[in-house]
Amino acid sequence: MRLPLPWEINMNNKKVIQVDRLTKMFGDFTAVSAITFDVEKGEIFGFLGANGAGKTTAIKMLIGISNPTSGKAKVAGFDVFTNAENIKKNIGYMSQKFALYDDLTVRENITFFGGIYGLTRKRIKEKSNALIEELGLKDVANKLVGALPSGWKQKLSFMVSLIHDPKIVFLDEPTGGVDPITRRQFWELIYKAAHNGTTVFVTTHYMDEAEYCDRVSIMVNGKIEALDTPKKLKEQFKVDNMNDVFLKLARG
Amino acid sequence: MKRFIGFIKKEFYHIFRDRRSLFILFGMPIAQILLFGFAITNEINNVDIAILDHTKDTTTKEIINKIAASEYFSIKQIIEKESDIEAIFKKGKVKAVLNFEKDFSKHLIKENKATIQIITDATDPNTANTITNFVSAILQTYQKELNKNITITYQIVPASRMVYNPELKSVYMFVPGVMTIILMLVSAMMTSISITREKELGTMEILLVSPLKPIQVIVGKVFPYIFLSIINAIVIVVSSIFIFKMPVQGSLFLLAIESILFIISALALGILISTISATQQTAMMISLMGLMLPVILLSGFIFPISSMPLPLQMISNIIPAKWFIIITKGIMLKGVGIQFIWKETLILIGMTVFFMALSVKKYKIRLE
Repeated sequence: MRLPLPWEINMNNKKVIQVDRLTKMFGDFTAVSAITFDVEKGEIFGFLGANGAGKTTAIKMLIGISNPTSGKAKVAGFDVFTNAENIKKNIGYMSQKFALYDDLTVRENITFFGGIYGLTRKRIKEKSNALIEELGLKDVANKLVGALPSGWKQKLSFMVSLIHDPKIVFLDEPTGGVDPITRRQFWELIYKAAHNGTTVFVTTHYMDEAEYCDRVSIMVNGKIEALDTPKKLKEQFKVDNMNDVFLKLARG
Repeated sequence: MKRFIGFIKKEFYHIFRDRRSLFILFGMPIAQILLFGFAITNEINNVDIAILDHTKDTTTKEIINKIAASEYFSIKQIIEKESDIEAIFKKGKVKAVLNFEKDFSKHLIKENKATIQIITDATDPNTANTITNFVSAILQTYQKELNKNITITYQIVPASRMVYNPELKSVYMFVPGVMTIILMLVSAMMTSISITREKELGTMEILLVSPLKPIQVIVGKVFPYIFLSIINAIVIVVSSIFIFKMPVQGSLFLLAIESILFIISALALGILISTISATQQTAMMISLMGLMLPVILLSGFIFPISSMPLPLQMISNIIPAKWFIIITKGIMLKGVGIQFIWKETLILIGMTVFFMALSVKKYKIRLE
């Protein structure tokens, strides 16, 4: 066992994500330009921006699958440069693409993902039963996931990303292409997770969803141009909804 | 280790639930072996020929009977005039016409010489060649019988012996080639497709975000195919022994080791392909064009390398399949041990290490 570094001991630190001037360059192109922000434990943090603003690149650096060019970042108390392996154990991730295996059953999917996070067989069993119960998937638990409607898949995918009780869950446009009712149910799941102490880091295109977040950052051309609670942002820009905040910023 | 087992289990679910991959894995090897063993052959058997006999005397009859009696030819038609030859070839059934000259016996007796014209349909040059050789051989035997009582001074007799495959069975030549193709197909194509599939579906990203190390993901993806390739190799060898009575002269153990080496080199190629292709379609096209075609055309499987133009001969050297075919032919047909094929083995090891290193490097770059 390695001795923890001084800043790792401070586990009471409420800040589960600390980002300081994090930058990613692809050749001459700056995809993410010196972004700085913190996310607190149990917070629902909205990460907004137009297509190509650099949201996905930023997320990839935070979840440890892309190396930052410069800057500093700590996720769940671990440094993204030196300790990506430990970050991976403490986070959940759900990507833009629906990413469960269509040719595996609901139960097999849960078992597989539980397995790669090192859960014991007993724990996996408990988890799958609870999860299947909660999503009301009892009748289809042994059906192939490919046969489920897309809304169900999305919810299942979210719950699977939480299977190892991560400290933080990163959701990259989780509700793309989902109908309003499912979107609503999806956000109920997100609230529930946040209530249980999981920090939620979510990107979205839907501005009504931005209203559900505790705090929102808006990225434009690789930079964070605004960061506050939805209420304060609306006051600041003197508009009544997040949509107008976004339009004002994105149009410069 | 438990994570790894879970991963492997998942891979097998993928394989066994996809009818297409099941067919490629188990249908193809058997279909190919049977195709190459029974249908695709260089030997000639019961080739249809026609006879144009102007004299119809005892000598020509005897010769015709000899030809008809051989298992190589069956006489389809007797034609009466030269102008029919063209028409009969155009119909396509008859591959050769034997044209006995006028007054065949008379010439033979008076001038000690008579001619038979062998006209073959050379749209298929190999068959045409073989037919000509076989007919000449039958004629020569007949000639010897005629000259039984006469001794020729200064006689040179070529005594030929075909070693390692005395019956010249083409299946002996095809089995190592088919084995090479199948192992290449299963190992390289199937792995590259299965890895790119995860990329296409987005699950690769999820796997990379998990605590699994990239190398664990790759080994987990590749392992089932090593296992299945070995089973395929066993099926091919066993079926060629039992169905085609192919002898395996050398050590089965050595053959197994060399096959595993080749499987690993093909897997490394498969991983390499998956790092450069974004979709399953691309992976399949690259595997087929970049691997299968060279294996079939340039490895010496069907076309002998020694008769290729120099540039192609040089290219054939960088194809792992070429070396594997030399090795398997050596072990199966000649019964050689490692002391005769260590050079080929070393080349194969070198290539495997090279492809492995390259794909690991490429894979890392992709993650940046």
